[in-house]
Amino acid sequence: MTDLRMTPLHALHDELGGKMVGFAGYDMPVQFPAGIMAEHIHTRTKAGLFDVSHMGQVILSGAPMAEIAAAFEALVPMDVIGLPRGRQRYGLFLNEAGGVLDDLMFANRGDHLFVVVNAACKHEDIARMKAALEPGVKVTEVTDRALIALQGPEAEVALMKINAAVADMDFMDVATVMLDGVECWVSRSGYTGEDGYEISVPERHAEALARLLLEHEDVMPIGLGARDSLRLEAGLCLYGHDIDTQTLPAEAGLSWAIQKVRRHGGDRAGGFPGADAVLDQIVQGAARKRVGLRPEGRAPMREGVALFASDSGGERIGAITSGGFGPTVGGPVAMGYVPTDQAAPGTTVYGELRGKRLPLTVTRLPFVAANFKR
Amino acid sequence: MKYTEEHEWLLEEGDLIVVGITEHAAEQLGDVVFVELPEAGTEVTKDEEIVVIESVKAASDILAPLDGEIVEVNGTLTDKPGLVNEDAEGGAWFFKIKPSDLSPMDDYMDEAAYKDFIA
Repeated sequence: MTDLRMTPLHALHDELGGKMVGFAGYDMPVQFPAGIMAEHIHTRTKAGLFDVSHMGQVILSGAPMAEIAAAFEALVPMDVIGLPRGRQRYGLFLNEAGGVLDDLMFANRGDHLFVVVNAACKHEDIARMKAALEPGVKVTEVTDRALIALQGPEAEVALMKINAAVADMDFMDVATVMLDGVECWVSRSGYTGEDGYEISVPERHAEALARLLLEHEDVMPIGLGARDSLRLEAGLCLYGHDIDTQTLPAEAGLSWAIQKVRRHGGDRAGGFPGADAVLDQIVQGAARKRVGLRPEGRAPMREGVALFASDSGGERIGAITSGGFGPTVGGPVAMGYVPTDQAAPGTTVYGELRGKRLPLTVTRLPFVAANFKR
Repeated sequence: MKYTEEHEWLLEEGDLIVVGITEHAAEQLGDVVFVELPEAGTEVTKDEEIVVIESVKAASDILAPLDGEIVEVNGTLTDKPGLVNEDAEGGAWFFKIKPSDLSPMDDYMDEAAYKDFIA
Protein backbone atom coordinates (compact mmCIF):
# COMPACT_ATOMS: atom_id res chain seq x y z
CA MET A 1 0.00 0.00 0.00
CA THR A 2 2.95 2.32 0.63
CA ASP A 3 3.72 2.27 -3.07
CA LEU A 4 0.50 4.10 -3.92
CA ARG A 5 0.99 7.51 -5.47
CA MET A 6 -0.79 10.58 -4.18
CA THR A 7 -2.51 13.28 -6.20
CA PRO A 8 -2.08 16.98 -5.36
CA LEU A 9 -5.48 16.81 -3.60
CA HIS A 10 -4.56 13.92 -1.30
CA ALA A 11 -4.27 16.02 1.86
CA LEU A 12 -7.62 17.63 1.10
CA HIS A 13 -9.28 14.22 0.67
CA ASP A 14 -7.94 13.21 4.09
CA GLU A 15 -9.20 16.41 5.65
CA LEU A 16 -12.65 15.90 4.08
CA GLY A 17 -12.86 12.39 5.51
CA GLY A 18 -12.36 10.51 2.26
CA LYS A 19 -12.23 6.73 2.57
CA MET A 20 -9.08 5.96 0.62
CA VAL A 21 -8.46 2.94 -1.59
CA GLY A 22 -5.81 1.93 -4.09
CA PHE A 23 -6.91 2.58 -7.66
CA ALA A 24 -4.64 2.31 -10.71
CA GLY A 25 -1.61 2.84 -8.49
CA TYR A 26 -3.02 5.89 -6.70
CA ASP A 27 -4.44 6.35 -3.22
CA MET A 28 -7.89 7.71 -4.11
CA PRO A 29 -11.13 8.46 -2.23
CA VAL A 30 -13.81 5.86 -2.92
CA GLN A 31 -16.30 7.94 -0.94
CA PHE A 32 -16.61 10.81 1.51
CA PRO A 33 -18.71 10.80 4.70
CA ALA A 34 -21.93 11.54 2.78
CA GLY A 35 -21.65 8.11 1.14
CA ILE A 36 -21.91 6.89 -2.44
CA MET A 37 -25.69 7.18 -2.70
CA ALA A 38 -25.85 10.80 -1.47
CA GLU A 39 -22.81 11.77 -3.55
CA HIS A 40 -24.38 10.30 -6.68
CA ILE A 41 -27.72 12.05 -6.17
CA HIS A 42 -25.97 15.32 -5.32
CA THR A 43 -24.04 15.22 -8.60
CA ARG A 44 -27.24 14.61 -10.57
CA THR A 45 -29.13 17.40 -8.82
CA LYS A 46 -26.44 19.97 -7.83
CA ALA A 47 -22.72 19.62 -8.52
CA GLY A 48 -19.94 17.25 -7.57
CA LEU A 49 -16.19 17.79 -7.48
CA PHE A 50 -14.05 14.83 -8.52
CA ASP A 51 -10.29 14.40 -8.33
CA VAL A 52 -9.28 12.73 -11.59
CA SER A 53 -5.61 13.70 -11.32
CA HIS A 54 -4.61 10.05 -11.61
CA MET A 55 -5.52 10.16 -15.30
CA GLY A 56 -2.77 10.78 -17.81
CA GLN A 57 -2.47 14.24 -19.36
CA VAL A 58 -0.35 14.36 -22.50
CA ILE A 59 0.62 17.13 -24.90
CA LEU A 60 1.41 16.43 -28.55
CA SER A 61 3.35 19.39 -29.94
CA GLY A 62 6.47 20.49 -31.78
CA ALA A 63 5.07 20.56 -35.30
CA PRO A 64 2.43 22.51 -37.21
CA MET A 65 -1.04 21.52 -35.97
CA ALA A 66 -1.97 19.92 -39.30
CA GLU A 67 1.05 17.62 -39.04
CA ILE A 68 0.31 16.72 -35.41
CA ALA A 69 -3.30 15.92 -36.31
CA ALA A 70 -2.30 13.84 -39.32
CA ALA A 71 0.23 11.90 -37.26
CA PHE A 72 -2.27 11.23 -34.45
CA GLU A 73 -4.87 10.09 -36.99
CA ALA A 74 -2.60 7.15 -37.78
CA LEU A 75 -3.07 5.98 -34.18
CA VAL A 76 -6.82 6.37 -33.72
CA PRO A 77 -9.90 5.78 -35.90
CA MET A 78 -11.20 9.31 -35.29
CA ASP A 79 -11.35 12.41 -37.47
CA VAL A 80 -8.47 14.34 -35.89
CA ILE A 81 -7.62 16.52 -38.90
CA GLY A 82 -11.18 17.84 -39.00
CA LEU A 83 -11.36 18.63 -35.28
CA PRO A 84 -11.65 22.42 -35.04
CA ARG A 85 -9.51 24.51 -32.75
CA GLY A 86 -11.07 24.66 -29.28
CA ARG A 87 -12.95 21.37 -29.63
CA GLN A 88 -12.59 18.00 -27.94
CA ARG A 89 -13.44 14.50 -29.12
CA TYR A 90 -13.71 10.98 -27.64
CA GLY A 91 -11.13 8.54 -29.00
CA LEU A 92 -9.86 4.97 -28.89
CA PHE A 93 -6.47 3.31 -29.11
CA LEU A 94 -6.81 -0.06 -30.87
CA ASN A 95 -4.52 -3.04 -31.38
CA GLU A 96 -3.85 -4.66 -34.75
CA ALA A 97 -6.90 -6.89 -34.31
CA GLY A 98 -9.11 -3.88 -33.61
CA GLY A 99 -9.40 -4.60 -29.89
CA VAL A 100 -9.57 -1.58 -27.60
CA LEU A 101 -6.30 -0.73 -25.81
CA ASP A 102 -7.73 2.34 -24.09
CA ASP A 103 -10.31 5.06 -24.51
CA LEU A 104 -9.35 8.71 -24.30
CA MET A 105 -10.26 12.33 -24.91
CA PHE A 106 -8.29 14.56 -27.24
CA ALA A 107 -8.59 18.29 -27.84
CA ASN A 108 -7.30 20.75 -30.41
CA ARG A 109 -5.78 23.51 -28.30
CA GLY A 110 -4.57 25.61 -31.23
CA ASP A 111 -0.90 24.74 -31.43
CA HIS A 112 -1.05 21.30 -29.81
CA LEU A 113 -3.27 18.32 -29.09
CA PHE A 114 -4.13 17.71 -25.44
CA VAL A 115 -4.85 14.06 -24.73
CA VAL A 116 -6.34 12.59 -21.53
CA VAL A 117 -6.00 8.83 -21.03
CA ASN A 118 -6.98 6.34 -18.33
CA ALA A 119 -4.69 6.05 -15.30
CA ALA A 120 -4.26 2.29 -15.56
CA CYS A 121 -3.18 2.51 -19.21
CA LYS A 122 -1.20 5.73 -19.24
CA HIS A 123 2.32 4.28 -19.30
CA GLU A 124 1.51 2.02 -22.25
CA ASP A 125 -0.38 4.82 -24.00
CA ILE A 126 2.48 7.28 -23.67
CA ALA A 127 5.02 4.69 -24.82
CA ARG A 128 2.79 3.90 -27.80
CA MET A 129 2.46 7.57 -28.75
CA LYS A 130 6.20 8.18 -28.37
CA ALA A 131 7.06 5.16 -30.51
CA ALA A 132 4.64 6.18 -33.23
CA LEU A 133 4.95 9.97 -33.21
CA GLU A 134 8.48 10.95 -32.19
CA PRO A 135 10.63 12.59 -33.35
CA GLY A 136 8.30 14.42 -35.75
CA VAL A 137 5.82 15.19 -32.96
CA LYS A 138 6.88 15.73 -29.37
CA VAL A 139 5.00 13.64 -26.77
CA THR A 140 5.08 15.17 -23.29
CA GLU A 141 3.38 13.77 -20.23
CA VAL A 142 2.07 16.60 -18.07
CA THR A 143 3.14 15.67 -14.55
CA ASP A 144 2.79 19.03 -12.83
CA ARG A 145 -0.97 19.48 -13.20
CA ALA A 146 -3.95 18.11 -11.32
CA LEU A 147 -7.21 17.30 -13.11
CA ILE A 148 -10.44 18.24 -11.39
CA ALA A 149 -13.90 17.42 -12.73
CA LEU A 150 -16.88 19.56 -11.73
CA GLN A 151 -20.07 17.80 -12.80
CA GLY A 152 -23.78 18.37 -12.43
CA PRO A 153 -26.53 20.83 -13.36
CA GLU A 154 -25.12 23.50 -11.01
CA ALA A 155 -21.52 23.09 -12.24
CA GLU A 156 -21.86 26.00 -14.66
CA VAL A 157 -23.15 28.43 -12.05
CA ALA A 158 -20.53 27.32 -9.52
CA LEU A 159 -17.63 27.74 -11.95
CA MET A 160 -19.04 31.05 -13.24
CA LYS A 161 -18.54 32.47 -9.73
CA ILE A 162 -14.82 32.14 -10.41
CA ASN A 163 -14.87 33.09 -14.08
CA ALA A 164 -18.13 33.86 -15.89
CA ALA A 165 -16.50 33.11 -19.27
CA VAL A 166 -17.05 29.38 -18.76
CA ALA A 167 -20.75 29.92 -19.49
CA ASP A 168 -19.85 30.60 -23.13
CA MET A 169 -18.39 27.14 -23.59
CA ASP A 170 -20.54 24.46 -25.24
CA PHE A 171 -20.39 20.71 -24.67
CA MET A 172 -16.94 19.42 -25.80
CA ASP A 173 -15.43 22.91 -26.10
CA VAL A 174 -11.97 23.48 -24.63
CA ALA A 175 -10.44 26.78 -23.60
CA THR A 176 -7.69 28.31 -21.51
CA VAL A 177 -9.45 30.02 -18.62
CA MET A 178 -8.06 32.05 -15.72
CA LEU A 179 -9.44 30.58 -12.50
CA ASP A 180 -8.44 32.26 -9.25
CA GLY A 181 -5.54 33.93 -11.02
CA VAL A 182 -4.20 30.70 -12.48
CA GLU A 183 -4.16 29.55 -16.10
CA CYS A 184 -6.33 26.45 -16.36
CA TRP A 185 -7.10 24.24 -19.34
CA VAL A 186 -10.83 23.70 -19.19
CA SER A 187 -13.09 21.41 -21.20
CA ARG A 188 -16.86 21.30 -21.04
CA SER A 189 -17.13 17.56 -20.65
CA GLY A 190 -16.89 14.76 -18.14
CA TYR A 191 -17.94 11.18 -17.59
CA THR A 192 -21.14 11.32 -15.57
CA GLY A 193 -23.79 12.09 -18.20
CA GLU A 194 -24.17 15.53 -16.64
CA ASP A 195 -23.14 18.96 -17.83
CA GLY A 196 -19.85 20.03 -16.34
CA TYR A 197 -16.18 20.75 -16.77
CA GLU A 198 -12.80 19.12 -16.47
CA ILE A 199 -10.12 21.50 -15.26
CA SER A 200 -6.39 20.93 -15.67
CA VAL A 201 -4.76 23.12 -13.03
CA PRO A 202 -1.09 23.52 -11.98
CA GLU A 203 -0.59 21.16 -9.05
CA ARG A 204 0.53 23.84 -6.59
CA HIS A 205 -2.79 25.66 -7.12
CA ALA A 206 -5.01 22.58 -7.23
CA GLU A 207 -5.95 22.44 -3.58
CA ALA A 208 -6.76 26.16 -3.42
CA LEU A 209 -8.98 25.88 -6.50
CA ALA A 210 -10.72 22.79 -5.12
CA ARG A 211 -11.35 24.56 -1.82
CA LEU A 212 -12.72 27.60 -3.64
CA LEU A 213 -15.13 25.40 -5.61
CA LEU A 214 -16.16 23.51 -2.47
CA GLU A 215 -17.03 26.81 -0.79
CA HIS A 216 -20.02 26.99 -3.12
CA GLU A 217 -23.03 25.59 -1.28
CA ASP A 218 -24.01 23.34 -4.19
CA VAL A 219 -20.61 21.70 -4.62
CA MET A 220 -19.70 18.54 -2.72
CA PRO A 221 -16.65 16.24 -2.96
CA ILE A 222 -17.39 12.97 -4.75
CA GLY A 223 -15.45 9.71 -4.63
CA LEU A 224 -14.77 6.96 -7.14
CA GLY A 225 -17.78 4.95 -5.98
CA ALA A 226 -20.30 7.52 -7.18
CA ARG A 227 -18.17 8.25 -10.24
CA ASP A 228 -18.71 4.61 -11.21
CA SER A 229 -22.47 4.54 -10.60
CA LEU A 230 -22.89 7.87 -12.44
CA ARG A 231 -21.05 6.68 -15.55
CA LEU A 232 -22.90 3.34 -15.43
CA GLU A 233 -26.31 5.05 -15.40
CA ALA A 234 -25.04 7.26 -18.23
CA GLY A 235 -24.25 4.12 -20.25
CA LEU A 236 -20.55 5.03 -20.50
CA CYS A 237 -17.89 2.33 -20.81
CA LEU A 238 -15.29 1.70 -18.14
CA TYR A 239 -12.05 0.56 -19.73
CA GLY A 240 -10.95 -2.89 -18.59
CA HIS A 241 -14.54 -3.82 -17.84
CA ASP A 242 -16.99 -2.90 -20.63
CA ILE A 243 -14.27 -2.55 -23.24
CA ASP A 244 -10.87 -4.19 -23.49
CA THR A 245 -8.59 -5.84 -26.03
CA GLN A 246 -11.27 -8.49 -26.69
CA THR A 247 -13.89 -5.94 -27.79
CA LEU A 248 -14.13 -4.10 -31.08
CA PRO A 249 -15.74 -0.64 -31.25
CA ALA A 250 -18.89 -1.68 -33.14
CA GLU A 251 -19.88 -4.49 -30.76
CA ALA A 252 -19.19 -2.12 -27.85
CA GLY A 253 -21.68 0.36 -29.32
CA LEU A 254 -18.93 2.86 -30.04
CA SER A 255 -19.28 3.16 -33.84
CA TRP A 256 -20.55 6.73 -33.31
CA ALA A 257 -17.02 7.65 -32.21
CA ILE A 258 -15.61 6.69 -35.62
CA GLN A 259 -16.46 9.54 -37.96
CA LYS A 260 -17.59 8.77 -41.54
CA VAL A 261 -14.38 10.18 -43.04
CA ARG A 262 -12.41 7.31 -41.44
CA ARG A 263 -14.88 4.56 -42.40
CA HIS A 264 -15.13 2.53 -45.62
CA GLY A 265 -15.90 4.97 -48.41
CA GLY A 266 -14.62 7.98 -46.46
CA ASP A 267 -11.93 10.31 -47.80
CA ARG A 268 -9.44 9.15 -45.18
CA ALA A 269 -10.79 5.64 -44.59
CA GLY A 270 -8.64 3.28 -42.53
CA GLY A 271 -4.98 3.92 -41.86
CA PHE A 272 -5.17 3.11 -38.12
CA PRO A 273 -4.38 -0.08 -36.17
CA GLY A 274 -7.01 -2.76 -36.68
CA ALA A 275 -8.75 -0.78 -39.43
CA ASP A 276 -9.88 -3.76 -41.54
CA ALA A 277 -11.53 -5.63 -38.68
CA VAL A 278 -13.00 -2.50 -37.13
CA LEU A 279 -14.45 -1.04 -40.34
CA ASP A 280 -15.72 -4.40 -41.60
CA GLN A 281 -17.60 -4.93 -38.35
CA ILE A 282 -19.28 -1.53 -38.68
CA VAL A 283 -20.58 -2.52 -42.14
CA GLN A 284 -21.35 -6.17 -41.50
CA GLY A 285 -22.59 -5.88 -37.94
CA ALA A 286 -21.27 -7.66 -34.88
CA ALA A 287 -22.27 -11.07 -33.57
CA ARG A 288 -22.73 -9.62 -30.10
CA LYS A 289 -23.52 -6.20 -28.67
CA ARG A 290 -23.06 -4.26 -25.50
CA VAL A 291 -26.51 -3.52 -24.07
CA GLY A 292 -28.11 -2.00 -21.03
CA LEU A 293 -29.67 -4.54 -18.66
CA ARG A 294 -32.19 -3.95 -15.93
CA PRO A 295 -32.55 -6.71 -13.36
CA GLU A 296 -36.27 -7.21 -12.80
CA GLY A 297 -35.82 -7.83 -9.08
CA ARG A 298 -34.08 -5.63 -6.57
CA ALA A 299 -30.84 -7.58 -6.35
CA PRO A 300 -27.91 -5.87 -8.06
CA MET A 301 -26.09 -8.02 -10.60
CA ARG A 302 -22.44 -7.14 -10.91
CA GLU A 303 -19.55 -7.65 -13.28
CA GLY A 304 -18.95 -11.30 -14.11
CA VAL A 305 -22.54 -12.54 -13.73
CA ALA A 306 -23.15 -15.05 -16.54
CA LEU A 307 -26.12 -14.47 -18.84
CA PHE A 308 -28.44 -17.12 -20.31
CA ALA A 309 -31.32 -17.09 -22.77
CA SER A 310 -33.66 -19.09 -20.54
CA ASP A 311 -34.29 -19.65 -16.86
CA SER A 312 -32.87 -23.18 -16.99
CA GLY A 313 -30.39 -25.06 -19.12
CA GLY A 314 -28.77 -23.82 -22.28
CA GLU A 315 -25.35 -22.37 -22.95
CA ARG A 316 -24.13 -19.14 -21.45
CA ILE A 317 -24.79 -16.36 -23.98
CA GLY A 318 -22.77 -13.56 -22.43
CA ALA A 319 -21.86 -11.78 -19.23
CA ILE A 320 -22.36 -8.60 -17.29
CA THR A 321 -19.38 -6.26 -17.60
CA SER A 322 -20.56 -3.50 -15.19
CA GLY A 323 -23.38 -3.64 -12.73
CA GLY A 324 -24.63 -2.30 -9.47
CA PHE A 325 -27.26 -0.08 -7.97
CA GLY A 326 -28.31 3.04 -9.86
CA PRO A 327 -29.27 5.64 -7.26
CA THR A 328 -31.07 7.91 -9.77
CA VAL A 329 -32.81 4.96 -11.45
CA GLY A 330 -33.70 3.73 -7.96
CA GLY A 331 -32.84 0.14 -8.71
CA PRO A 332 -30.20 -2.18 -10.05
CA VAL A 333 -28.66 -1.45 -13.46
CA ALA A 334 -26.05 -3.26 -15.53
CA MET A 335 -24.33 -3.44 -18.89
CA GLY A 336 -23.08 -6.51 -20.66
CA TYR A 337 -22.68 -8.35 -23.93
CA VAL A 338 -25.39 -10.52 -25.51
CA PRO A 339 -25.77 -12.06 -28.98
CA THR A 340 -27.10 -9.49 -31.46
CA ASP A 341 -30.34 -11.46 -32.00
CA GLN A 342 -31.07 -11.06 -28.28
CA ALA A 343 -29.98 -7.42 -28.05
CA ALA A 344 -33.31 -5.75 -28.90
CA PRO A 345 -34.71 -3.59 -26.08
CA GLY A 346 -37.39 -5.51 -24.21
CA THR A 347 -35.71 -8.90 -24.61
CA THR A 348 -35.55 -10.92 -21.40
CA VAL A 349 -32.30 -12.66 -20.51
CA TYR A 350 -31.31 -14.40 -17.27
CA GLY A 351 -28.38 -13.75 -14.98
CA GLU A 352 -27.06 -16.45 -12.69
CA LEU A 353 -26.82 -15.07 -9.18
CA ARG A 354 -26.07 -17.24 -6.16
CA GLY A 355 -27.15 -20.33 -8.09
CA LYS A 356 -30.46 -18.87 -9.28
CA ARG A 357 -31.33 -17.52 -12.71
CA LEU A 358 -32.98 -14.14 -12.39
CA PRO A 359 -34.54 -12.16 -15.25
CA LEU A 360 -33.10 -8.96 -16.72
CA THR A 361 -34.60 -6.79 -19.44
CA VAL A 362 -32.45 -5.49 -22.28
CA THR A 363 -32.76 -1.71 -22.04
CA ARG A 364 -31.74 1.19 -24.23
CA LEU A 365 -28.73 3.13 -22.93
CA PRO A 366 -28.33 5.49 -21.20
CA PHE A 367 -30.47 4.63 -18.18
CA VAL A 368 -30.53 8.32 -17.27
CA ALA A 369 -30.81 10.86 -20.10
CA ALA A 370 -27.72 12.96 -20.68
CA ASN A 371 -27.90 16.55 -19.55
CA PHE A 372 -25.28 18.21 -21.76
CA LYS A 373 -25.19 21.85 -22.86
CA ARG A 374 -25.12 21.58 -26.64
CA MET B 1 -26.32 -8.10 23.89
CA LYS B 2 -23.67 -10.39 22.41
CA TYR B 3 -21.54 -9.86 19.33
CA THR B 4 -19.92 -12.16 16.76
CA GLU B 5 -16.71 -11.63 14.86
CA GLU B 6 -18.95 -11.41 11.78
CA HIS B 7 -20.30 -8.15 13.25
CA GLU B 8 -23.70 -9.53 14.15
CA TRP B 9 -25.46 -8.54 17.34
CA LEU B 10 -27.57 -11.09 19.22
CA LEU B 11 -30.27 -10.07 21.66
CA GLU B 12 -32.14 -12.51 23.85
CA GLU B 13 -35.92 -12.06 23.67
CA GLY B 14 -37.63 -14.77 25.72
CA ASP B 15 -36.56 -18.07 24.22
CA LEU B 16 -35.63 -16.40 20.93
CA ILE B 17 -32.47 -14.64 19.79
CA VAL B 18 -32.89 -11.50 17.64
CA VAL B 19 -30.06 -11.02 15.12
CA GLY B 20 -28.87 -7.95 13.22
CA ILE B 21 -25.61 -6.34 12.15
CA THR B 22 -23.77 -3.69 14.12
CA GLU B 23 -23.63 0.01 13.28
CA HIS B 24 -19.94 -0.45 12.62
CA ALA B 25 -20.68 -3.15 10.04
CA ALA B 26 -23.42 -1.06 8.42
CA GLU B 27 -21.05 1.86 8.10
CA GLN B 28 -18.37 -0.33 6.54
CA LEU B 29 -20.88 -1.75 4.06
CA GLY B 30 -22.07 1.65 2.89
CA ASP B 31 -25.57 2.31 1.58
CA VAL B 32 -27.49 -0.99 1.69
CA VAL B 33 -29.68 -1.45 -1.40
CA PHE B 34 -30.85 -5.05 -1.17
CA VAL B 35 -31.53 -7.59 1.57
CA GLU B 36 -32.53 -11.20 0.94
CA LEU B 37 -33.93 -12.94 3.99
CA PRO B 38 -34.55 -16.64 4.67
CA GLU B 39 -38.12 -17.87 5.01
CA ALA B 40 -39.65 -18.22 8.44
CA GLY B 41 -39.66 -21.88 9.40
CA THR B 42 -36.25 -22.60 7.89
CA GLU B 43 -33.98 -24.84 9.95
CA VAL B 44 -30.44 -23.44 9.90
CA THR B 45 -27.03 -24.62 10.98
CA LYS B 46 -24.45 -22.39 12.61
CA ASP B 47 -22.21 -20.58 10.06
CA GLU B 48 -24.63 -21.27 7.20
CA GLU B 49 -25.05 -18.23 4.92
CA ILE B 50 -28.66 -17.23 5.42
CA VAL B 51 -28.94 -13.53 4.57
CA VAL B 52 -27.55 -11.67 1.56
CA ILE B 53 -26.86 -7.97 1.93
CA GLU B 54 -25.92 -5.87 -1.08
CA SER B 55 -24.60 -2.38 -0.64
CA VAL B 56 -23.71 0.09 -3.37
CA LYS B 57 -20.20 -1.34 -3.09
CA ALA B 58 -20.50 -5.12 -2.74
CA ALA B 59 -22.44 -8.18 -1.70
CA SER B 60 -21.94 -9.82 1.68
CA ASP B 61 -23.52 -12.62 3.68
CA ILE B 62 -24.79 -13.01 7.18
CA LEU B 63 -24.11 -16.35 8.79
CA ALA B 64 -26.44 -18.16 11.15
CA PRO B 65 -24.87 -17.55 14.58
CA LEU B 66 -26.55 -20.61 16.10
CA ASP B 67 -28.28 -23.85 15.14
CA GLY B 68 -32.03 -23.51 15.24
CA GLU B 69 -35.20 -22.48 13.44
CA ILE B 70 -35.84 -19.07 11.90
CA VAL B 71 -39.19 -18.14 13.41
CA GLU B 72 -39.58 -14.58 12.15
CA VAL B 73 -37.89 -12.31 9.59
CA ASN B 74 -38.00 -8.53 9.26
CA GLY B 75 -39.85 -8.13 5.97
CA THR B 76 -39.54 -4.34 6.19
CA LEU B 77 -35.92 -4.67 5.05
CA THR B 78 -36.96 -6.17 1.72
CA ASP B 79 -38.77 -2.96 0.79
CA LYS B 80 -36.58 -0.59 2.76
CA PRO B 81 -33.02 -1.96 2.79
CA GLY B 82 -31.67 1.50 3.68
CA LEU B 83 -33.06 0.98 7.19
CA VAL B 84 -29.89 -1.04 7.85
CA ASN B 85 -27.89 2.21 7.61
CA GLU B 86 -30.40 4.24 9.58
CA ASP B 87 -31.11 1.91 12.49
CA ALA B 88 -28.74 -1.06 12.38
CA GLU B 89 -29.01 -1.94 16.05
CA GLY B 90 -32.74 -1.34 16.37
CA GLY B 91 -35.41 -1.45 13.68
CA ALA B 92 -33.16 -3.17 11.16
CA TRP B 93 -32.99 -6.56 12.88
CA PHE B 94 -32.84 -9.38 10.32
CA PHE B 95 -34.40 -12.45 11.89
CA LYS B 96 -35.37 -14.16 15.12
CA ILE B 97 -34.04 -17.63 15.70
CA LYS B 98 -35.24 -20.31 18.12
CA PRO B 99 -31.92 -21.89 19.04
CA SER B 100 -31.53 -25.62 19.48
CA ASP B 101 -28.06 -25.17 20.99
CA LEU B 102 -27.24 -22.07 22.99
CA SER B 103 -23.69 -23.03 23.88
CA PRO B 104 -21.99 -20.83 21.20
CA MET B 105 -23.44 -17.80 23.01
CA ASP B 106 -20.76 -18.26 25.66
CA ASP B 107 -18.05 -17.74 23.03
CA TYR B 108 -19.51 -14.54 21.63
CA MET B 109 -18.25 -11.14 22.73
CA ASP B 110 -19.88 -8.75 25.15
CA GLU B 111 -20.06 -5.07 24.23
CA ALA B 112 -16.68 -4.15 25.73
CA ALA B 113 -14.95 -7.02 23.95
CA TYR B 114 -16.62 -6.10 20.64
CA LYS B 115 -15.51 -2.48 20.99
CA ASP B 116 -11.95 -3.72 21.43
CA PHE B 117 -12.41 -6.03 18.46
CA ILE B 118 -13.32 -3.21 16.08
CA ALA B 119 -10.92 -0.66 17.55
